[in-house]
Amino acid sequence: MNKLLEVKGLKTYFHTFKGTVKAVDNVSFDIHEGEILGVVGESGGGKSVTGFSVIRLIDEPGQIESGEIIFNGTNLLKKSESEMNKVRGKEISMVFQDPMTSLNPVYTIGEQMDEVLLLHEKLNKHERRNRCIELLKDVGISNPESRLKNYPHQFSGGMRQRVVIAIALAANPKLIIADEPTTALDVTIQSQILKLMKKLVEEHGVALMLITHDLAVVSEMADRINVMYCGKIVESGYTREIIENYTHPYTEGLLNSIPDIDKDKSKLNTIPGIVPNMFDLPKGCNFSPRCKNCQDICLEKEPKLTEIGENHYVSCHFPLRKEAN
Amino acid sequence: MEKILSVNNLEQKFDLNRGILDKIKFRNGRFIKEERIVNAVNDISFDIKQREVFSLVGESGCGKSTTARTIIKLIEPKGGTVKFKGNNITNISGNEMLKYRKKMQMIFQDPYASLNPRQKVIDILVEPMLFHKVANNLQEAREKALDILEKVGLRPEQATRYPHQFSGGQRQRIGIARALAVEPEFIIADEPVSALDVSIQAQILNLLMELKDEFNFSYLFIAHDLSVVKHISDNLGVMYLGKIVEKGSKEHIFNNSLHPYTKALFSAIPRLSGTNLRKSKGIEGEIPSPISLPSGCFFHERCPYMKPICREVMPEEKEVEKDHFVLCHLY
Repeated sequence: MNKLLEVKGLKTYFHTFKGTVKAVDNVSFDIHEGEILGVVGESGGGKSVTGFSVIRLIDEPGQIESGEIIFNGTNLLKKSESEMNKVRGKEISMVFQDPMTSLNPVYTIGEQMDEVLLLHEKLNKHERRNRCIELLKDVGISNPESRLKNYPHQFSGGMRQRVVIAIALAANPKLIIADEPTTALDVTIQSQILKLMKKLVEEHGVALMLITHDLAVVSEMADRINVMYCGKIVESGYTREIIENYTHPYTEGLLNSIPDIDKDKSKLNTIPGIVPNMFDLPKGCNFSPRCKNCQDICLEKEPKLTEIGENHYVSCHFPLRKEAN
Repeated sequence: MEKILSVNNLEQKFDLNRGILDKIKFRNGRFIKEERIVNAVNDISFDIKQREVFSLVGESGCGKSTTARTIIKLIEPKGGTVKFKGNNITNISGNEMLKYRKKMQMIFQDPYASLNPRQKVIDILVEPMLFHKVANNLQEAREKALDILEKVGLRPEQATRYPHQFSGGQRQRIGIARALAVEPEFIIADEPVSALDVSIQAQILNLLMELKDEFNFSYLFIAHDLSVVKHISDNLGVMYLGKIVEKGSKEHIFNNSLHPYTKALFSAIPRLSGTNLRKSKGIEGEIPSPISLPSGCFFHERCPYMKPICREVMPEEKEVEKDHFVLCHLY
């Protein structure tokens, strides 16, 4: 498969009065065509900022300091703002977390979908309307003709997220970045939306970057997983490999701290402590203050991302190895 | 074991019309009276024993939170009774309720809305301590507050900060600390961990359980996340559109779920094995509006096992095995 997106050494920093927050610090990854890449981690891990950096939606005081974002062979960081506007929505589109606030309350659904088509596709009014109806049908909204005239408040949360997905799909993008698309939804609705996204990704051959904090969601959805902590990728690899053969203590901690519905545990294993203050990151490995295997070298030297198995990368001085290996 | 809380036939309704004039509508050439009432909680009953964790699960809009707020009388009940340790608190006045408020504390869902933005964290904890006379003087209250903050995972130097200086997760810890401050016997936790990160969520769940063992609390735990509920509860009730459709012990519900809605909920959970969503059919549609309740069984429109009777008659609660109740015509 071809690489659709290649991010190399991306650094996105926020310069505030209190100091510099390295929200994304030297992150490299790629997404192949038609692939689902899951990005997991806790809040403050830099997942969303990574997603926003890819389509350059970073506002002041944030700034992309360095790195390359190569999409379809061109570096997005070299593009001007108006060139970027042709990429956003057309080549790469975004699904946001909160369907309540990502739609404009004063325009109808039809108008908001029409806008994308008007900007990016050469279609006349009638064709655009038909395309909107087709898209709404695709995402499972019944009577799309009459629903086009409705305002966002007339839809439920799940239905709004379907509309947002329809808008994201409108201009046939090659990559969709979905930032916690089901976090605000109920489980039965979440499963409807996740199934829908999986189906659409397969049918349209779109690549999906799925940003979420829910490891169970990515293990259901993703082909590969990046685990992020404090602005860095700490482990990445194929989904089953990460879930069953994790090697980074943070990944282990995350997996152990979820109550697993298939198992009985009297007490949850937790990662001690809290995510460090981003203004004052520890020296050496960012995870060292919370890590049970922390040694002297972890406090001094930052580990490098190294390949530990086929396409399985980990950034740890003492990666855990299962005995079977 | 002694019951700490007993809820019988509880009802909660919200009238959307303001005054009589609002109800009169002009339709098809004549005036008609139109009532618009949100039936949030429809005749539910359950008991919570001492030192027990009882959970209510269900999707948003099913009335879990309203039930909690009605029990603690943040909203006056519209029907049924609530008994706390055998005392009927359904219709008592606000002043009489005060002594129960010390014993019943609530942890709220939204940590952004439940803390006073103008109070420092320490004052948020000290105020209820002094009001309910848990501490004799300010100095003692402050010391206690710092202890509690440490228990919920906040550093002492953070005590003099304001809520806006904390992340959502940390704010929820403050909310939990505030509930602990008055040394209650019964805690209503309304989605206390749904705003938290997984590693923090696990810490808080462990903390809630440790505190339960330490102080012999009972909990009414409200959540939508079934894996969390399974971890924490002894007994649970599954709610749908203001009704408890199935209730029983954790083993009953998780190993032998009977109601089609409970089954649907289980099939919708993403799992680490990564195979649940692909296999499951899931349920179509969404929760109907509580303003115009469906006829018969509330779940019939989405139910894969619907029979003609389900459209007509609301099923009665049946005890299928000991202490396992289901509200469904199939049984």
